Amino acid sequence: MKLIFEKSVPGRTGVSMGAADESVLKSIGDRYLRATDSGLPEVSELDVVRHYLRLSQLNFSVDTHFYPLGSCTMKYNPKVNEAVSSLPGFAGLHPYLAYIDEGSVQGSLELIHTLSSFLAEITGMAGVTTQPYAGAHGELAGILLMAAYHRSRGNKKRVVIVPDEAHGTNPASAAMGGYDVVSIPVNSGGGMDLERFREAMNDEVAGVMLTLPNTLGMFHPEIREIVEMARKHDALLYNDGANLNAILGKARPGDIGFDIVHMNLHKTFSTPHGGGGPGAGVVAVSEKLVDFLPTPVVARADDGKFYLDFSLKNSIGSLASFFGNFAVLVRAAVYIMMLGREGLIDVSEKAVLNANYIRVKLAPYYDLPYNRTCMHECVFSARRQVRKSGVHAIDIAKALIERGFHPPTIYFPLVVDEALMIEPTETESKETIDAFIDAMIDIANLADTDPGRLKNAPNNTPVSRPDETRAARELKLTWNP
Amino acid sequence: MAVYTPHTQDEILQMLNAIGVNSVEDLFADIPSTLRPKSFDLPPGVTEHEASAYFNALSRRNATGYVSFLGGGYYDHFIPAAVDAIASRSEFVTAYTPYQPEASQGTLRAIFEYQSMIAALTGLDFANASLYDGGTALYEAIAMAVRSNGRRRVIVDAGVNPLFRRIVATYAVNIDVEIIESDLKDIATDQKRIESFFDEAVSAVVVQDPNFFGSVDDYESLFARAREKDIVGIHVFYPLSLGVLKTPGEMKADIAVGEGQSLGMPLSFGGPYLGLMAVDRKYVRKMPGRIVGETADRNGMKAYVLTLQAREQHIRREKASSNICSNQALCALRAVVYLSLLGKEGFRKAAIISMERAEYLRHSMKKIRGVEVLKGRTFNEFTVALPGPAIDFARAMLAEGFAAGVPASLFYPDRPDQLVVAATEKISIDDIDRYTSAAKKVLS
Repeated sequence: MKLIFEKSVPGRTGVSMGAADESVLKSIGDRYLRATDSGLPEVSELDVVRHYLRLSQLNFSVDTHFYPLGSCTMKYNPKVNEAVSSLPGFAGLHPYLAYIDEGSVQGSLELIHTLSSFLAEITGMAGVTTQPYAGAHGELAGILLMAAYHRSRGNKKRVVIVPDEAHGTNPASAAMGGYDVVSIPVNSGGGMDLERFREAMNDEVAGVMLTLPNTLGMFHPEIREIVEMARKHDALLYNDGANLNAILGKARPGDIGFDIVHMNLHKTFSTPHGGGGPGAGVVAVSEKLVDFLPTPVVARADDGKFYLDFSLKNSIGSLASFFGNFAVLVRAAVYIMMLGREGLIDVSEKAVLNANYIRVKLAPYYDLPYNRTCMHECVFSARRQVRKSGVHAIDIAKALIERGFHPPTIYFPLVVDEALMIEPTETESKETIDAFIDAMIDIANLADTDPGRLKNAPNNTPVSRPDETRAARELKLTWNP
Repeated sequence: MAVYTPHTQDEILQMLNAIGVNSVEDLFADIPSTLRPKSFDLPPGVTEHEASAYFNALSRRNATGYVSFLGGGYYDHFIPAAVDAIASRSEFVTAYTPYQPEASQGTLRAIFEYQSMIAALTGLDFANASLYDGGTALYEAIAMAVRSNGRRRVIVDAGVNPLFRRIVATYAVNIDVEIIESDLKDIATDQKRIESFFDEAVSAVVVQDPNFFGSVDDYESLFARAREKDIVGIHVFYPLSLGVLKTPGEMKADIAVGEGQSLGMPLSFGGPYLGLMAVDRKYVRKMPGRIVGETADRNGMKAYVLTLQAREQHIRREKASSNICSNQALCALRAVVYLSLLGKEGFRKAAIISMERAEYLRHSMKKIRGVEVLKGRTFNEFTVALPGPAIDFARAMLAEGFAAGVPASLFYPDRPDQLVVAATEKISIDDIDRYTSAAKKVLS
């Protein structure tokens, strides 16, 4: 299939812009103008539409395929969210208007304010910032808040503790914020090794980052001890809320003792992933961190008017040009309002029900390194298949693609050998899940009887097993004429 | 209330049976009773049509009817309908990051084309698959420079978008990077002054073209001086201006970053936007973010994959080049569709027509008594000095139906009377004539 550049015909254009008078450029002068052309293709609107429509058909997506990608919460994204976010009153609003006349942007400010209060209540926290653009950006916000807090107390701290099952973004964010990272292993129950944690815990520790439930799908059984030990050393507790979908209305980070939590609105609150983004990594904090939040804060005056508050004197500054990915915030607000209290609780109950159903049904066929009730996802290992027939997690993933299922997350968490991390989400029906289970059983059986077929999968996709080593070695990153 | 869980009572019982528990609540037994929520006080759910009505009403409490001359880095350019049509395809919208190439060739090829277009527009060798926005992209560029030469001081021109500079200052506070701001000369970059800061402790220099006040410049010799001292040259660009203006590549910048909003993103009250980054060949392995590369599959078919992943957080953890994971992929898709539709000719025309409108407005404003148009080379944005506070003028113009421009005082308190005014191809000559009449009325 050709690239859009290869469809280019000199003189063709997809949009009629009307007449343009080149002579206007004289006032700038040649020295300041580009000497080369822009290198853009010359194609018609129909060429463009056919090309990208065809590309779209080469993708798996939630709307076309079951997509149980662990840690990513690939739930259904209600269409009304899209419709509301593109209303002209939202999509057409210039953000600088907020700085010139707050009266012109009351609808958007109210939406941000309302969503913030929903998210504060859901997490049991005191303050919220919507600025972070994605989960990892929320983590960095949390780390900067942590650092500002310790600075204000004259604390000299340089370490952040992260369990080894954590998302790679956790240690990367801590490092980006200037901290050294100390990693703590998981224990045999899938929680944190408390002995090792106790050894690592001292006054140099600025914070502890925990995913809850953790990436093994477990609600940290040791959470109370961890909170208590961290408190003793004035270390803050950071909750990576990527897995919040498991505990809506069942537990709140604030009540447990966390000081900071980031939420991935593109996971828990049903905003679409867009092939990798945009997301939104809203951060909520406990009372003692409210004064450090990024500005401007959207506040409500006594007369009910919303305004931008720049007055936080300890604010860390700002992490985004304006208020974060506003159109993503709109989608999440619509979703939360539609589901309401009972609907959100139902989300977590069904997510956990679906995950446990898969866990029990597949347990005879795949190893479960941590075999106990899970939360919203379960982590299998393909080590049995590797041992018996040399079939790896990646072969199982490719065989699933051949059968029309997006694979689970593979080789993560790193602490599980040959990991297959399955997160079905609450929006999938029993029939879909049963079909997936059947496919996984079929693959487990084939691993015994005909492993070669799995090694050669997939056979019905646009490409099969691209050579990733060659991609990194030859480094062809752009089209060249 | 709206419900997206399809389970029937019967199915729930079958599933609980299979699991071997009596109730769904049994599955939450790991959460101790002492850790259960102290409250969960949210309103009851509503139906889809109730929610629609509520948010429709809320959206109407925003004033979007103004004829807008706001720019300052974020512009109301025309977006062809085909951009929305393609970018709303579920197959793009509801996919995840393309980790599995067999199930993601659509997204991967689109990103490869996007990288190619951003490289061609900027005249640099390589681009990544997107960052969050212009400001965060600038920080990432600075972090790359610091990583590559190990120095800790960065010179940033005061004409660089103040919102970007604020983000950089926030990020830089814990990592021992010193930011030195170089003052402008009127509205233009003072290149001599910038050069006076160059020494062996300086890691990078950051300039913007056109700058926040609209001033157009050529930084080729500045970047050359920087290179002599092993200082990384970072160029902040406005992508649409590259339809006509000298490119970062032609000026021999090392890294170029920009806010990609003008490439088909609606203004949406601040996001989602698009962080653009392109680099000289020698920086490619230090670049943050996803990168798509071309390769072949096991049958020799051309295939696209995420590559150079050894830089990234999921492999390198605390040693990664950045913590970025989710980016702005769907915005990058919008950009590639937008750029394909406009193409070579349309993109250049969009730039020229925007500039024509700005020039017409500039000449009209010169004739208004008490208004001084500040001197300098400009593209589609320029700065005027008003007889009184620009914020008062901007507010008064709203009452006349015009978002008149960005008061510089929002970010430069020492410039109370300056207004930064932008035009795009969407503004008509009639809009401009009405704008100048309203301005005369407001100022009289």
